[in-house]
Amino acid sequence: MISVENLSKQFTLHILNDKCIEACRGISFSVPAGGFLGLAGPSGAGKSTVLKCIYRTYLPSGGAVRYDSAGYGTVDLTTLSDRRMIEIRTREIGYVSQFLKVIPRVSAVEVIMEPIIARNGVTREEARERAIGLLERLRIPRTLFDAYPSTFSGGEQQRINIAHAIGWRPRLLLLDEPTASLDRESVAIVKEMLRELRDEGTTMVGIFHDTELMESMTDSVYRVC
Amino acid sequence: MEPLIRVRGLTKRFGNGCSRCPESTGPDSETNRCSDCGTVIACNDVNFNLYRDEALGIVGESGSGKSTLVRLLHFEWEATAGRFEISREAGLGEIPGLFNGGGSSRNLLELNTFSKRLIRNALMGIVYQNPNLGLRMQVSSGGNVAERLLGGGWRNIAAMRKRTADLLERTEIPVERMDEPPSNFSGGMQQRVQIAKALSNNPLILFLDEVTTGLDLSVQARVLDLIRTLRREYRLSMLVVSHDLGVINLLCQRTMVMKNGRVVEAGLTDQILQDPQHRYTQLLVASQL
Repeated sequence: MISVENLSKQFTLHILNDKCIEACRGISFSVPAGGFLGLAGPSGAGKSTVLKCIYRTYLPSGGAVRYDSAGYGTVDLTTLSDRRMIEIRTREIGYVSQFLKVIPRVSAVEVIMEPIIARNGVTREEARERAIGLLERLRIPRTLFDAYPSTFSGGEQQRINIAHAIGWRPRLLLLDEPTASLDRESVAIVKEMLRELRDEGTTMVGIFHDTELMESMTDSVYRVC
Repeated sequence: MEPLIRVRGLTKRFGNGCSRCPESTGPDSETNRCSDCGTVIACNDVNFNLYRDEALGIVGESGSGKSTLVRLLHFEWEATAGRFEISREAGLGEIPGLFNGGGSSRNLLELNTFSKRLIRNALMGIVYQNPNLGLRMQVSSGGNVAERLLGGGWRNIAAMRKRTADLLERTEIPVERMDEPPSNFSGGMQQRVQIAKALSNNPLILFLDEVTTGLDLSVQARVLDLIRTLRREYRLSMLVVSHDLGVINLLCQRTMVMKNGRVVEAGLTDQILQDPQHRYTQLLVASQL
């Protein structure tokens, strides 16, 4: 489904006199359709960098990311046009970021509804029901459904993040520390939801700080160092 | 998917120009003005596509050429060079001589004034930073919107009034104030009248030129939220010009960065903000509050 080949990323910081910082080098792995790969390694090793290079938030310095797109066949995400990349992000690849990207003044339920409506072509009512279902499962209090996530606790924000990314059932899901701020019960619930998504065929690549959790969820692990 | 509009080599020069102009102006020389002949190159060789239902951001500081770009595309100023084409999907097939059998129009910049005005009325809406540019302050706000409808061929007064009331409601302006001039309104409300006016003819493309610059923060929020909602609802294509990266981030999925008249970088908005490549873009991103 996705195959990363000799990926490398350096940052050239012009404003620091062209200082060059290497973020990762020689990354190669592949994940079969429906598989779940964990990315492990010490802090600063470049794990998030790899995910961001796949999602094209970072422009890779070298290497290729071959992805089996439902819409465009096998493509190299690093050289894809911006428009195509937007299409693929909209229709196929989900991303749970480490930090909540807050769109101000959009309620929790709306945050989760928007991608469902855009991608799955369902009515607002149906999307709202699905969003509420996810929020209830993730034990977000009812009173917060219409509140703005920027005011939520870290753990609540993270659960909103997860619901936002999985609500529309992406083909490929990239997860960056999705359970870092969660308590034990919430982690169990997220684990179950990801398992269900996997049963429906979603492929996943994830970074977890908890090695035990990672090993219990993933098929294999790639060490970034 | 075909782009809605295609812009190639768009250039605007104030002055006669000389052979040294291209090298002595631009981001590396950090000036728009040719040291040899004094010509100002406001915008040089700009290329981009704009697709249906997408917001393209244009970010840059004063003098970058971003507003010039909008003036040229809105047919307010004559371009020195370049091509501006629309796709047949824009639905302007009834304008004679526009398409010549192809899927893409001829160069709109070469059309006569009358055709340009037809196209502008049918296809485009614009919201300026300064409401005085977009509105006639002594004419009622309803009248401002109606003026555009008239330009688009509407003639029935009752229908126009109803359409105006709908638009004002949509832009959250109390309909009771329809007959008041915008000079009575606050800055935020004036911007919303501009938006109502811009949307009155169901444009495919909306130009937003620094529309929230200078507004109070809470007012800015309301205007931006409105724009986001309207874009989704009407599936508009938008060209969002701003020097504020926060606004660009909120509204646009793709962005172009301009400096001294040239595009120095273009790409996905999150990539431009998190992994800027060009020296100037890095400076811009680092300067964010």
